[in-house]
Amino acid sequence: MNKIIITVVGKDTVGIIAKVCTYLADTHINILDISQTIVQGFFNMMMIVDMEEATKPFETFSQELETLGQEIGVRIKCQREEIFTKMHRI
Amino acid sequence: MLNMFEVIETNNMIEHEKLDVRTITMGISLLDCCDSDLKTLNQKIYDKIVSKAKDLVSTGEAISKDFGIPIVNKRISVTPVALIGGCACKSSSDFVTIAQTLDQAAKEVGVNFIGGYSALVGKGMTQAEENLIRSIPQALAITERVCSSVNVGSTKTGLNMDAVRLMGEIVKETAKATKDEDSLGCAKLVVFCNAPDDNPFMAGAFHGVTEADAIINVGVSGPGVVKEALKQARGENFEVLCETIKKTAFKITRVGQLVAQEASKRLGVPFGIIDLSLAPTPAVGDSVAEILEEIGLESVGAPGTTAALAMLNDQVKKGGVMASSYVGGLSGAFIPVSEDQGMIVAVSREALTLEKLEAMTCVCSVGLDMIAIPGDTTPSTIAGIIADEAAIGMINQKTTAVRIIPVIGKTVGDTVEFGGLLGYAPVMPVNQYSCEKFVTRGGRIPAPIHSFKN
Repeated sequence: MNKIIITVVGKDTVGIIAKVCTYLADTHINILDISQTIVQGFFNMMMIVDMEEATKPFETFSQELETLGQEIGVRIKCQREEIFTKMHRI
Repeated sequence: MLNMFEVIETNNMIEHEKLDVRTITMGISLLDCCDSDLKTLNQKIYDKIVSKAKDLVSTGEAISKDFGIPIVNKRISVTPVALIGGCACKSSSDFVTIAQTLDQAAKEVGVNFIGGYSALVGKGMTQAEENLIRSIPQALAITERVCSSVNVGSTKTGLNMDAVRLMGEIVKETAKATKDEDSLGCAKLVVFCNAPDDNPFMAGAFHGVTEADAIINVGVSGPGVVKEALKQARGENFEVLCETIKKTAFKITRVGQLVAQEASKRLGVPFGIIDLSLAPTPAVGDSVAEILEEIGLESVGAPGTTAALAMLNDQVKKGGVMASSYVGGLSGAFIPVSEDQGMIVAVSREALTLEKLEAMTCVCSVGLDMIAIPGDTTPSTIAGIIADEAAIGMINQKTTAVRIIPVIGKTVGDTVEFGGLLGYAPVMPVNQYSCEKFVTRGGRIPAPIHSFKN
């Protein structure tokens, strides 16, 4: 298991999840958990994914997802899970 | 499993509260470079630094991308050069060639500072150490990235007042040698008492002789995060205040620990320590002074400042030690004037004086840091300031330091611009009465009675 946290923040619009999920499927990245909420009209999504079988290295897909985000007007950020678990779990 | 609130909290710290890892510093021992031929010595030093640190910058950048956390600086510290150069360097100008070698090596591997152009003269000075110290003004004037430090005393050894007096002159000479750049050389020169062997922060970093061949030390930061957390504790009592600081310090330090372990693994270099310092930058919202003001002071410098800083420093340590197995370096709150927007404002409105800063250094992690004083301040007065600060460190068994800049051609009321992370500073007034007869007595101030613990 090689867990990555993907966060998507931006103006809510049709098809954000669809586009991100399609990209992940094409790259063989497995989605473990999704949570999503709208805060003050802004779309906030967090995905926990497993990149164990990914066809591209972390650097490439994080860059491609960032570019995809720019195309659909949201900010997409990929980070390895440890930064969050280290900070919030003893 | 992680929840969204936790992920958003971490990313808010990074994106809005300026959480970053301030530095990954690779300590490199140069002890095995010793040679009696100056040219060979320089070549060995260059080769060792470049071979050990060639991947430091790229690794730091890769870790930064993986975790989405900025790693601001990648730096190198080396064994105090006075120990390495003694065999080959017969004069101060010989030592300057080593400074040039360090500068070239730093540029080759892409680090922005290299520390360790240093001498440890807490009890006495060898001829080599004196030669190195006398070469500092020229070395700092002709190099760009080299940082220098001199340890003039410790709780165990007392204060070497000959070295203190000499450093008064050297600080002034360094200011003169770099007068065209607002005496910038002095920003790269620190005078220590009780200098730690594993400090990752510049300008005082060096790789102590007690250390391994190479080591990774990490300095974390995050004054902005502490300040934002304290906004939630407005009006609460000290217990709540302390709990908030501790929890925040824990979170910040855990990020440092993660980055340090990852860097250590990827570079194949052992992990040394995390330095738990709150290190400000001139950016608004990244200020230790603003934390103190959030705690309840109208301006830093007001009565209560020392108590507030003492509490802040202690809580940062208490929260931080649980987050990392090995903490070291300076660990505490830094109070550099020119690098902290809140301090600059407080000095400008005359709320903060040199004397109050001195009191603050009794309870925080370092000392008088990045303070601009008039260019006509005499070497003996600078030596007196160094002696006062070193005495605080010696008696209180803590590290203290002086990084003070007598800005040639400027006086009280003027402002000095250092640029970048070094910031800018209003020139502060210094007490005009002389300490010439005191600092020129010569010899040592003996170690305090409580140092005899055997």
